[in-house]
Amino acid sequence: MYETNYHRASSVEGAIKLRGDHEEGRYLAGGMTLIATMKQRLAAPSDLIDLRHIPDLAGISIDGGNVRLGAATPHAEVARSEELRAVCPALCNLAGMIGDPHVRHMGTIGGSIANNDPAADYPAAMLALGATIITDRRWITADEFFIGLFETALEEGEMVTAVTFEAPEKAGYAKFANPASRYALTGVFVAKSADGVRVGVTGAGANGVFRHTGMEEALESNWAPDSVAGADVDPEDMLYDMHASAAYRANLVKVMAKRAVIAAG
Amino acid sequence: MGVEGIGARVTRKEDKRFLTGKGRYTDDMTVPGMKYACFVRSPYAHARITGIDPSAAREMSGVIDVLDGKQLQADGIGNLICGWMIHSKDGSPMKMGAWRPLAVDTVRYVGDAVAIVVADSYLEARDAAEAVAVDYDELPAVTEAIAAMADGAPQLHPEAPGNLIFDWELGDGAAADQAIASAAHVIEIEIHNNRLSPNPMEPRATLGIYDAAEDHYTCYTTSQNPHVARLVMSAFYNVAPENKLRVIAPDVGGGFGSKIYIYPEEIVCLWASKKTGVPVKWTSDRTEAFLTDAHGRDHVSTAKMAFDSEQRITALKVETVANLGAYMSLFSSAVPTYLYATLLSGQYAIPAIHANVRTVYTNTVPVDAYRGAGRPEATYLLERTIETAARELGVSPAELRRKNFIRSFPYQTPVIMNYDAGDYEASLTAAMEAADWAGFSARRADAESRGKKRGIGMSCYIEACGIAPSAAVGSLGAGVGLWESAEVRVNAVGTIEVLTGSHSHGQGHETTFAQLVAERLGVSIDSVNIVHGDTDKVQMGMGTYGSRSGAVGMSAVVKALDKVEAKAKKIAAHMMEADESDIVVENGELKVAGTDKTVPWFQVALAAYTAHNLPGGMEPGLKETAFYDPANFTFPAGCYIAEVEVDPETGKTDIVQFVAADDFGNIINPLIVEGQVHGGLAQGIGQALLEEVRYDPESGQLLTASYMDYAMPRADDLPSFKLSHQNTACPSNPLGIKGCGEAGAIGSPPALMNAITDAIGNNSLTMPATPMKVWQALQSAH
Repeated sequence: MYETNYHRASSVEGAIKLRGDHEEGRYLAGGMTLIATMKQRLAAPSDLIDLRHIPDLAGISIDGGNVRLGAATPHAEVARSEELRAVCPALCNLAGMIGDPHVRHMGTIGGSIANNDPAADYPAAMLALGATIITDRRWITADEFFIGLFETALEEGEMVTAVTFEAPEKAGYAKFANPASRYALTGVFVAKSADGVRVGVTGAGANGVFRHTGMEEALESNWAPDSVAGADVDPEDMLYDMHASAAYRANLVKVMAKRAVIAAG
Repeated sequence: MGVEGIGARVTRKEDKRFLTGKGRYTDDMTVPGMKYACFVRSPYAHARITGIDPSAAREMSGVIDVLDGKQLQADGIGNLICGWMIHSKDGSPMKMGAWRPLAVDTVRYVGDAVAIVVADSYLEARDAAEAVAVDYDELPAVTEAIAAMADGAPQLHPEAPGNLIFDWELGDGAAADQAIASAAHVIEIEIHNNRLSPNPMEPRATLGIYDAAEDHYTCYTTSQNPHVARLVMSAFYNVAPENKLRVIAPDVGGGFGSKIYIYPEEIVCLWASKKTGVPVKWTSDRTEAFLTDAHGRDHVSTAKMAFDSEQRITALKVETVANLGAYMSLFSSAVPTYLYATLLSGQYAIPAIHANVRTVYTNTVPVDAYRGAGRPEATYLLERTIETAARELGVSPAELRRKNFIRSFPYQTPVIMNYDAGDYEASLTAAMEAADWAGFSARRADAESRGKKRGIGMSCYIEACGIAPSAAVGSLGAGVGLWESAEVRVNAVGTIEVLTGSHSHGQGHETTFAQLVAERLGVSIDSVNIVHGDTDKVQMGMGTYGSRSGAVGMSAVVKALDKVEAKAKKIAAHMMEADESDIVVENGELKVAGTDKTVPWFQVALAAYTAHNLPGGMEPGLKETAFYDPANFTFPAGCYIAEVEVDPETGKTDIVQFVAADDFGNIINPLIVEGQVHGGLAQGIGQALLEEVRYDPESGQLLTASYMDYAMPRADDLPSFKLSHQNTACPSNPLGIKGCGEAGAIGSPPALMNAITDAIGNNSLTMPATPMKVWQALQSAH
């Protein structure tokens, strides 16, 4: 790691000011990707502004069916939240599948979605739940937020402060883990609500997380695990690497979608 | 067996230190004035060095010096060597290309060391290493052995045309050909043995200390065999004469073979300490470990197995190409030859065996011994072949093996080894019972009803351990003898120190060696200390690898204990005015047999050191030394059975049951043996399901350079193992020990691959059987 300066922000405003003061600075929201990248000397921010201790970014609040997760909420807190489990158990299950216990106690939902790793779990859930990403300056729908591999709608210095969504009637997540990293080789989150069915796919798309509208239509007409079998998943649209070919990922998208529906019940 | 003697399940004495974080590893060593090193390494797989400019680095904060290969060469430091001579079948010696500790003209793999930076802190050294300007003229690279042998392939060393190191054979080719020509059935198979990274928990490290006043060097290092390190650094690398070089391997956190070898870093840090006048410490980071620790395996083979009409094996013919990487590491030549082809008879009576092995250079890190070293490659080839034969001949895999088992001992194989003892039927039967082999078809039907494909597979392995009779290995080309030494020092008040040339880096010697003393002398293991890993303390030794510490190292301790006991009896007889032949050792006392006359052990020791009243002419003291040279290899063997369920939708394999039935000879500590088997199984299962080193074939870049891409087995990848032992005592050493350190890694890969290929009905699957490969195999099986 190259030398860097660490700042612990205590308020959103303070963090934004610090970020503005340091052109080469970066927000630190758990650092489960950023710190590892810095240790490999592949990133060298001059300053790190730690967001994990800002009270306004903390915690889970649930108001009827409305869920709000502070951006600095660690995965472990999401995984064990009884209030959240009562309205959206699939998201608790997803959080419990991220990384290992160390990662789950350091990594945050805000950090995960702002990074938008194509193999991260949360982005699939955000898309499928039709979540809204709240930043220090605006509200962005998940559909507009996730743009491509490691790319989001966030502007320079813009900070995710929370995500919010209406709890679905049913939801489920199924993940096939990379045998080495245990990131999602393919993960599919399905959610059924009054507005319809949404299917978010992570780990597989050549352009990052995406919604599979074919599966959404199939599940809307018949909410059953086998409904997704006939969906068209084009290997041309899939990522490929030494761990998984495009054809294998295309297969996994269907299999994980089916299992996500089973998990949703 | 006493409560702490041979056969007792004693918890490890060393674990308190390790589990409380009080182990003292090389990186924990700190000496006054110590500075830190970072190596400048090649980013290219193959390139000519056209210039090195250290001037910018030298100006940086904290930098003490930047040293390169030309300076090292000018100071007379020698090249790294391979210590086992192999001759090709045409009689020519193996083609050893120059491996300079710091590359001078050419770099040959990504990670090849080019220069060393010494600085006040590690981070300053690393920053400066990035600022050393090295000009490279990139050359084409080749990473795979078969490709390296092709016409027009990039050439690594002028000494080795066609990148061929040697073309060696063992056995009677004409006899094998004749048997194959007249066989009732011939099974042919292609076998790939995947390349692995050893991944010890503690990365390599070294601390070089030059004392100008004494013109003396001290080298702390992560070594499995510090005396061999000193020998090689003195005799071949011209670092310093042996009496001016002390090598200390303190606590070492795992080796699996990768810490047998002398690497460039030890040599360079010692030399750099003299050049800079400060002690120099280097600790590998995990990426460097992936890039520069010697890898294991990497064979491509074809095998032909011939059967007569009674399904008896009449011949085995094997062609193997082994990738040795960019340079010949210390024992690299022995692994695919005498540690491999000599085991191709397995547990079977095979009248004719012939193996042809070609080894080649590629632009990858050197390949050398890794847990099992040659024996896993032989076992995998043989056990996949015989399983395939059973399927093609339509006979049960157990039946085919039983028909061909060796059943009387000693048994001389056609490939050098003389098996001294074993009972292969016993392990096979025990394993099949433990696995409920008979109930498999019902379990398969149940799995099918759940949409899963269930398979079962076995492997009957044998290995040669207890390496090795010195004259025998000498005649085969080894540059060293493979005996072991021991010294037993009884202190004046009866406590005991055992100095051994073996080296513990996770095996639990501090406990098992003490158990041997407890058994012999009736003292508590707490009164026994094991000393190892320091060339200034221990007279000489060959270290720990090849499951040799029990069979060879403890046998040396037995010999020293024999001498101690004989002298103690003389003293006790003198003290009790009895006949020496009537003295027996019992419960920490020396006793006149058949009487109530006893003298405690500590009083005998005290008498030996006060020397007030010793038998006439006896020297004072109670300390004895022994060297033990084994009479033969030892032959651990066993039967492993894996049962798996494959999810046909994803290709994921779950190991639902794993049975290991082993014959390790006599066992000192069952708890430690079980731990060794568990660890070996984890590594073997890792090889079969998860692990593979991958290089980009064009650029030669290492693609699996971190745990993001190199899949190490985790606890939830492994089942709970069912272990049992069917021990036949080894007649070749005084304790009847065979060795247990490598068996798990040797026997498990073929058992698993036989089970998975049984489940999916496609025999062409290669290791590692990743979910994607299994899924692909299922698609093509349909």
